[in-house]
Formats: sequence, C-alpha cells, structure tokens
Amino acid sequence: MHVFTDPDNFDAYVSGFLWILKLTGASAVCALVIGVLLAAMRVSPVPVLRGFGAAWVNVFRNTPLTLVIFFCYFGLFATLGLSLSQDLDLNIYWLGVIGLSVYTAAFVCEAVRSGINTVPTGQAEAARAIGLSFAQTLRIVVLPQAARSVIAPLGSILIALCKNATIVGTIGLLESSNIMKDLINSNGDAVIPIFLVFAGTFAALLIPTGYFFGWLANRLAVKR
Amino acid sequence: MSTSSVLYDHPGPRAKVRNAVLSVIFGVALLGLLYWIYTRFDEANQWESWLWEPFTRSTTWTQFILPGLWATLKAAGVGMVLSLAFGIIFAFGRLSDRLWISVPAGAVVEFFRAVPLLLMIFFIFYGVPFLIQGPVTAFWAVVIGLTLYNGSVLAEAFRAGIRAVPGGQSEAAYAVGMRKNQVMRLILLPQAARAMLPIIVSQLVVLLKDTALGYIVAYPELLQRGVNDLAANYGNIIPAAMVIAVIYIVINSLLTWFAGWLDRRTGIRSFRMPRQTGPVAPANAAPGGDGTVAEPQG
Repeated sequence: MHVFTDPDNFDAYVSGFLWILKLTGASAVCALVIGVLLAAMRVSPVPVLRGFGAAWVNVFRNTPLTLVIFFCYFGLFATLGLSLSQDLDLNIYWLGVIGLSVYTAAFVCEAVRSGINTVPTGQAEAARAIGLSFAQTLRIVVLPQAARSVIAPLGSILIALCKNATIVGTIGLLESSNIMKDLINSNGDAVIPIFLVFAGTFAALLIPTGYFFGWLANRLAVKR
Repeated sequence: MSTSSVLYDHPGPRAKVRNAVLSVIFGVALLGLLYWIYTRFDEANQWESWLWEPFTRSTTWTQFILPGLWATLKAAGVGMVLSLAFGIIFAFGRLSDRLWISVPAGAVVEFFRAVPLLLMIFFIFYGVPFLIQGPVTAFWAVVIGLTLYNGSVLAEAFRAGIRAVPGGQSEAAYAVGMRKNQVMRLILLPQAARAMLPIIVSQLVVLLKDTALGYIVAYPELLQRGVNDLAANYGNIIPAAMVIAVIYIVINSLLTWFAGWLDRRTGIRSFRMPRQTGPVAPANAAPGGDGTVAEPQG
C-alpha cells in the first residue's frame, strides 16, 4: 500500500476517478436527451425522421467506441479545427463527452423504443380516441409509462457508460486507466495492489449502482 | 404494442399533407446539415482526391486494411471461443449447490463485469509482465481481457437462461435418474443456449467491437492498421476513419442479421426468454442488467 501513501500518487488516483465521474455525468445527461429524441423520431409518423433515427442507431451501435472517440479527437479537433476549450484537458474532456454521448444515445434510443413497446396498445388507442395528437400521446400517455419499464436497461447503459469513460484515456485524458498504467510502470513491485485498488474502486462504484437500479426497477414496475 | 403505428391514426387527407410538409421541412434541414458538414470538410480540404485515392490502390488493402481485418477477426474469434467456455463454466459454477464453488464463481463474475475492459487490458499488458518476469504479447492481452469481461457477461446470460427453463424439464431428468451434472449438461444448457441465442450473438458483436481497444496496446488490428498506420503514410486520417467505420458497420450488421436469421430459424422452441423490459420481468432476475441486454461496451 506504500504506493497510495505517497500524496502525489493519491492525488493522481483521485483526479483520475474525478475525470471518470465528470465524463459519466455530462455524457449521461446528453445521451439521455438525444436518445429519447431519437426514440421519438423512430416512432414518429414522418418517414424522414424515422430514417434519420434508424441511421443514427445503426451507425453508432455498430462502430467501436474507440473509433468514435478517435474520430472526435483526430477528425473533429485535429483536422476540422473544432476546439471547445482553451485548456488542453478540458478540450479533450468535451470531445470525449461528444463521442460518449452520440454513441450511448443509440443504446438509449433502442432501450426507450423497446420500453414503448411494453405499453399496452389500449393506452395509445384510448389517447387517440380522446383526440390527442401524436406528440401528446407520446408525451402525456406513452412515455411516462414506458419510462418505468426502461429503468433497468437504462441502469445497465449508465454502468457501461461509466466503464466506457475510460476509453477517453486513449486520446490523452489522464483518467483512471492511464493513471493506473503510469503507477504500474513506476511501481513494478506493487502491481497487484495497484490493480486491485483501481478495479476495486470501479467495482465499489458500479456493483451497488447495479443493485440500486434493480431495486428501483422492481419498485417502480407497472403491475399489470 | 407490437407496432408503433398505434401511436397515431391512419393519416387522413389533412394528416397526409401535414406529414408531407414536415417531411419536406425536416428533409431540407437534414440536407442543410449534411451540406454544412460537407462545407466544413471542404474548408479543411478533406475532399481532395489524393486523400481518397489510396483506397483505389490494391497495396493499401493488402498492406494495411486486410491484415488489420484479419488480426481483428483472429482476436475476436479466439476471444469468442474462450469467452463462451468461460461463460458456461462460470454459469455452472454460480448455479452449483456447493457454496464454496458458487460464492467464488459469483464474485468473479460480478467483479469482471464491473471492471472496465481498458483497465483489464492495461493490467495484463503492463502489469502481468512484472509478475511473470516475461512479456505478454498484445494479442493475448486483448484476448484475455475480452474473455474475462465478455465471458462474465455471457455467464450471467447463460445463468438467466438456465433458470428460465421450465422446472418440469429438470424434474423429469432427475426422475429418470440423471445426476445434477447430466441434467445441466444434457437438459438445461442446450435449451438455455437456444433461448438466449439472440443475446449471446449480440454480446459477440460487442466483443468484436471491443477488439478495437487493441489499438491502445499496439495490437495491429483494423483500427491500428487501417486508420493509424494508413493515415501515417498518406496523411488522410478522416477518409481512413470513414472507410474503416464502414467496414466495422458492415461486419457487425452481418453478424446481427445472422443472429436474427438464426432466431427465426430456431423459432420453434419450448419456451421464450421473457423480455427484460417486459411487464412481467422475472422476479428472480439478478439486479443490474442481469446480462439479458448486451451492454454497450466500446
């Protein structure tokens, strides 16, 4: 444990996980918003929007996240000159948030869409019968019911997002996996403790999150 | 709701006009967006022919893309076989009656599901050489990392599948005198594997995509060879990334289509897995995703 009693190493460890949490937080919000919009597009009566939603999902679900993040840095930033912050780290951070959001949104869209399918047909039929428009049917009747059944899949997506945030390390952000690599390289005698601390932190963050979402999903499940 | 069309009425004359107008508006907006992207690329001179010309040469394909594709498929193939084996062994372990088997097996599965793949690969590639006093090749770092993570997810999938086999199946098997080992191996696993086939294949797609992480430890797979090395030679990183993305999308779409085909072909089966998002979620489902939805790992 001598590695983590060194204040420099300990600070690096903390800052690595702070980056992971910040990436997860910002991307989760963006991905949820984009994903719900995409799901609404995919069930809408306008063919152009349906096509757009389907294309987005097929492209991003089938492309490795590493390639998406890679493109955000080398394509958007290095070649097209999209700079989001003067600060080097913050710039990479926001590029990472873009990549994680557009990628995760495809999975959120599919989860929400399958959630919409669990709402009984009668609900939408009744909504239409009293004269609600498509937008009203979706917003007032269907999505609130669908939301309760997508909690479990959204929980697994959030957990995967938190783990995927490490991939932003590949474009140079000093997040936890890069910090671990550096600590291992400079402390070859304490490889196992270092790995167990980093992996254990992820496990301590994510396993309870999984149980929490399982509990929440059961609690909020629509009893039919 | 089996089809989303119940969300709106069959369009009458006014709705048809409105939908057409909306189609035009959004279509124009979409074209505008595409045009804007086109001009941004144009300003950065990304449509210059010399950037795209390398892809018409056969040496580009034989030197960079095809070897990369082969390395990707090799790592994915070995990883798939190993993680299926890992998944079956640990699913059996977790369902064992003996606590000294089921508890450690459960801990291993939960642990590896919670650890990011990149962290595993870094540990195997940079850390394990210190422990075994010898190098670990990038290939095995990637394959072992993929096996531990995807194997754990598959173990949960198999376990959920085995628990969903109707109880009468194992009761009948015990009644004809089979041992627990035989019941698992001959009765429950084949039925579970069949029911979980779509989930297993979609996890294998995830595994194939994850091989792209090999790029980080310089394993010469598709992203490394096709984007990084290719662009280092021709200076065309955006065209290269686009071409490689298309290759990934085609391969993964084929796998997904194959899964759908397999699912339809094996349509007659004794039971179906309840959909995870269904209103009658199984009460005994393990919390936290329970592996019935492929996790969107990179």
